[in-house]
Amino acid sequence: MNGSKVESGLGVVPTAAGGVADVDRVSDRTIPSDRAPGAADSRRERKIYVVRPTGFGRLAELWRFRELAFFLVWREVKIRYKQTILGAAWAVIQPLFAMIVFTVLFGRLARLPSEGIPYPVFYYAGLLPWTYFAAVLSGAGNSLIQNSQLVTKVYFPRVLLPAASAGAALLDFGIAALFLPLLMLLYGVPLGPGLLLIPVLTVPLALVALGVGLLLSALNVNYRDVKYVIPFLTQLWMFLTPVVYPVTLIPERLRPVAALNPLTGIVDAFRAAAVGQPISWQTLGPSLLVIAVVLAVGVTYFNRTERYFADVI
Amino acid sequence: MTNALEITGLSKRYQLGQSASPDNIREVIAGWFRRPRNREKSQRKTLWALRDVSFNVPEGEVLGVVGRNGAGKSTLLKLLSGITHPTAGEIRVRGRVASLLEVGTGFHDELTGRENIYLNGSILGMPKREIDAKLDQIVDFAGVHDFIDTPIKRYSSGMKLRLGFAVAAHLDPDVLLVDEVLAVGDAEFQKKCLNAMDDLRSGGRTVLFVAHNMAAIENLCSRTLWIDAGRIRMDGPTHDVVQAYMASFATTQHGSADLEAIESRHGNGEARFTRIEFLDMDGSPLPVIRSGDRLRIRLHYRAFKPLRDVMVGINIHTELGTLLTASNNWATGDDIPYVERGDGYVDWVVDMLNLQPGRYYLSLWLGRWDNPQDVLKNCMTIDIESSDYYGSGRGIDSRFGLIFMPCRWEAGGRQ
Repeated sequence: MNGSKVESGLGVVPTAAGGVADVDRVSDRTIPSDRAPGAADSRRERKIYVVRPTGFGRLAELWRFRELAFFLVWREVKIRYKQTILGAAWAVIQPLFAMIVFTVLFGRLARLPSEGIPYPVFYYAGLLPWTYFAAVLSGAGNSLIQNSQLVTKVYFPRVLLPAASAGAALLDFGIAALFLPLLMLLYGVPLGPGLLLIPVLTVPLALVALGVGLLLSALNVNYRDVKYVIPFLTQLWMFLTPVVYPVTLIPERLRPVAALNPLTGIVDAFRAAAVGQPISWQTLGPSLLVIAVVLAVGVTYFNRTERYFADVI
Repeated sequence: MTNALEITGLSKRYQLGQSASPDNIREVIAGWFRRPRNREKSQRKTLWALRDVSFNVPEGEVLGVVGRNGAGKSTLLKLLSGITHPTAGEIRVRGRVASLLEVGTGFHDELTGRENIYLNGSILGMPKREIDAKLDQIVDFAGVHDFIDTPIKRYSSGMKLRLGFAVAAHLDPDVLLVDEVLAVGDAEFQKKCLNAMDDLRSGGRTVLFVAHNMAAIENLCSRTLWIDAGRIRMDGPTHDVVQAYMASFATTQHGSADLEAIESRHGNGEARFTRIEFLDMDGSPLPVIRSGDRLRIRLHYRAFKPLRDVMVGINIHTELGTLLTASNNWATGDDIPYVERGDGYVDWVVDMLNLQPGRYYLSLWLGRWDNPQDVLKNCMTIDIESSDYYGSGRGIDSRFGLIFMPCRWEAGGRQ
C-alpha cells in the first residue's frame, strides 16, 4: 500500500509549538504492504449497519448489548459499598432505621392505625418497596449525567444506564427483603405463603421504578433542574403513598384517586402479602394500569430524546 | 473491493444560542412568553458541524483525517460511532465498529485492574469470552502484572493510560475509529500505540484515524481526508493532502513578514510577536535563504507589561510535520532576565544553516511552557534554496535528506 512511506517514518508530535517534541522512530519493522486487506479473517460474516437520521431498531439491539448490560449492573453492585465498614448491611440499615423512627413517631406518638399489624412489621413491609423505588428514582434519574463521559465517548443503547441502576438496586432490595421474615418472627406475626407473592410483586415495582427513572433521566439531560427535583419529589411522593399509614385511613371516596398513584397499590399489596391478608384488587388493579402507562411514557420519551443525549449532555 | 464504510451526504447541525437549547426550566417557560418572531429568529442560530460529507472507505484501508480544531473531525467520528445522530445523510457500516475516542472509557477508580479490563472491554464492544481469552495478553501489554488486583485509584496516571490502551489494542473490530488517543502519554508509550495501530493495519482492519501528528498519519495512512469548516476540502493520497494542509497554515514571505495580523495564535497576550526578519550577520535583509547560510532571524515583539525571565523559542518542522529542531534561549543559556514594556526584538543567530533545500515551517513562541505569552504554530514557511556550499559547483540537493553536515572526504591509501 504505502510501503515507501515507512522509511520516512519519523514519529513527531508537534503538540505545543513551545513544547519539547519527541522525535522517535515509529516503526522499525517492515510492514507487509502486499498483504491483501481483510485476508486475516475473510470468513467472518460482516453485518451491515445503517445509520440514518431515523435510528436503529431497538429490541434486537438491546439483545446485542446484553453483556454490557450485565457489566454495568455488576459495576454498580461492585462499587456500591466499596470502602465502607458496614458494607451490604447498609441495605438493611436504611429501611430499618426509617422503620424505627416511624414506629416511634407515627406509631407510638401520633398513634396512626396499622390495621392490627405490629408497627415495626407494618412500616418495614411498606418501606421495603418504597426504599427500592426511591433508590431507583435518584440512581436512575442521575445515571445519564453521572456517566456523561460514557454517553459522549461510546455508543451503546443509553437505556442500559438507568436500567443498570434499577437492576443493581434489586440486590439491596433482596437483602432488605430477607430481613422481613426475621422481623415478623420477632413480633409474633406468623409467616405465611403470602410472602411468596413478594417476588411476584417486585416485577411491577421494578417496572414502575424504571419507567419513572427513564423519564427523569432523559429530562435530566436537558434540564438539570431534575437533579434538584428528585429528592423532594421522593419525599412528597412518600407521604402520598400509604407507607406510614394504611390505605384504610384514606376516605372511601378518595381511594380510587389514591389508587392512581402506582405506588399505592404496590405498597398496599406488599404489606398484605407479608402478613397474609387478601390483596385488594380495587387498589392494585388501577395501580397496575397506571404502571403500564408510566412505563410506556418513560420508554417513549427516552427513545425519542436518546439520540440527542450526546449533543446536549 | 467492498467498502467497509459508505458515507453519503452526511450532515450534522447543532443549535446554538439560548432559546434553542435551554438549560433549565425557567428558560423554557421564559421562551413561551417571548414574542414568536424573536423566538424564531434566535432558533435559526445553527451551526453545521458537518455539511454534506460523502466518502467511501474500502475494507482494509487506513484513512487519515486532518483538519483544524472545530473543523468537524470529532463530529464525524461521533456520527460514525453512533454516539450522536446525523441531521441528514446516511452511514453504511460493514461489520463491527469500535470507537476509541479516549483511552480507558468507563474506568472506575474503585475497581481493580482486572475488573476494569472487563468493564472497559465490554464498553468498547468486546464479548466477554474474548476478554477472557485475551486477559493475559492485555495485562502483559500494559505491564501491570503485579497490580492487576489492586484498585486502579492506586495506579499512577501512566499505568491507567497503559491499561486503557492495552484493552483498546486488543479490540478486534472490523472498523476502528480512533481519535487523538496518541496525544497523551510519553514518547515510549506513543511508540507502542503507533505500533499497535500498525498491527491493526497489517491485520486487514479498516481504520479511520484522526490525529494532529502528521508524521503518524503519513506513516499509517495511504489516503487522507482534509476536513475544513464541516466539508471535505481535499481527499487524496496522504502525502499531497498533508502538504496542502500544512501549507494552509502559513504565509510564505522572504526578507520579513508581518506577524501582527495572524489570528491563529494563543497565549496570555502579555506580549506578542509583531514581525519577523531574515537578516545576514551584518543586519541587512536576506532576499534568499540558502543552505549553509549564516542567518540572523530577528523576532520583533511588543510587550504590554514589563517581563521577567523571558523565554523565546523557534521550532522548525518539515512540510510533513516532522520536527527538525526546537531551539530556545533557556537551553542555550542566553538568559533574558528583564525586558521593558514596549517594542523590542530578539535575534536567533544561526552560524550555519545546515538544512537541505526545501520548504520548512516555523513556529514561534514567547514565554514559559505552562503559561506562554504568545504562541504562533506553523505561522510561516521559509524556502531554503540550494547553494554551492562546497564550492564544487555541484550544489546541495533536497534529494540528499533533510539536513546536511558540512564535511569533506579524504581518500586513504592502501592498507
